[in-house]
Amino acid sequence: MPSSEEIFQKVQAALVDALGVEDDEVTPEATMVGDLGAESIDFLDIVFKLEKAFGINIPREELFPDDILTNASYVKDGKVTAQGISELKTRLPWANLSNFEQNPRVQDFGNLLTVNDLCRYVATKLK
Amino acid sequence: MRWFWIDRFEKFTVGKEAVTIKNVTLAEEPLDDYLPGHPHYPHSLIVEGMAQTGGLLLSQMEQFLQRVVLAKVAKADFFFLAKPGDQLRLTAKLVGLQAEGAFVEGTVEIDGKRQAEMELTFAILDESYGNRPFFIPRDLLRVLRAMRLFEVARTESGERIAEPQHMLDDEIAYLAANAI
Repeated sequence: MPSSEEIFQKVQAALVDALGVEDDEVTPEATMVGDLGAESIDFLDIVFKLEKAFGINIPREELFPDDILTNASYVKDGKVTAQGISELKTRLPWANLSNFEQNPRVQDFGNLLTVNDLCRYVATKLK
Repeated sequence: MRWFWIDRFEKFTVGKEAVTIKNVTLAEEPLDDYLPGHPHYPHSLIVEGMAQTGGLLLSQMEQFLQRVVLAKVAKADFFFLAKPGDQLRLTAKLVGLQAEGAFVEGTVEIDGKRQAEMELTFAILDESYGNRPFFIPRDLLRVLRAMRLFEVARTESGERIAEPQHMLDDEIAYLAANAI
């Protein structure tokens, strides 16, 4: 099991490669979409690069819970319900949802993922 | 102009790898027009040739019914120019596959020397992008035959693959409707 620092370095390298950003832009707190400018097709690239770098398999639904965010029983008036938040926490235990919970608008979910979240996710796959 | 930037398949292993040949000739317009006086085969067209090689490798997995588009050139490094008379050998390896896309690693060789390396991301379009097919099946079938794909294509266990029935049906229907 690699150390947190080793995981971060590999994730950082994958993001620098996939997004054309500088090393120092890829901080643990940086958001993938807002800070690093990732677009939807970049996530496909990032997933493949992480799979290769760590020798893991990343099913899309583990990183992108579209099925929850489009499920009428978990979303009301464009916001994720308490039940939906609970489901998200179960599905994405590595994600920090504290800010999102304050105002859980579905449209904001895409900008939730940070570099740190990605590192924590990878760590769960390497256990 | 025909938008084919590969001439024929040399090897095709279903869902794994495809190798194509592209012969560079001064008869092609882009060579002389691209940088007059210094004819060479533009790198962008080599990327397109790799996209066609990898895209057909991917599309074949669903009998060429999948609508596959080149979504991102994640990497493309070129080490020297391809010039008239050169023969490019393009190898596309399918290294990642998900429902919404795929990742292909490509290498190009000329006379056994590595000319280029690239990584391409493909998107597989779903119904949200409409349901219109990219190709008329009989036309694509004719191109694939010309490129000798079905002559060289094998499954991983070495079995030949047949021309897809939906393409043959389209061809037969067209011929029947246009019979003299």
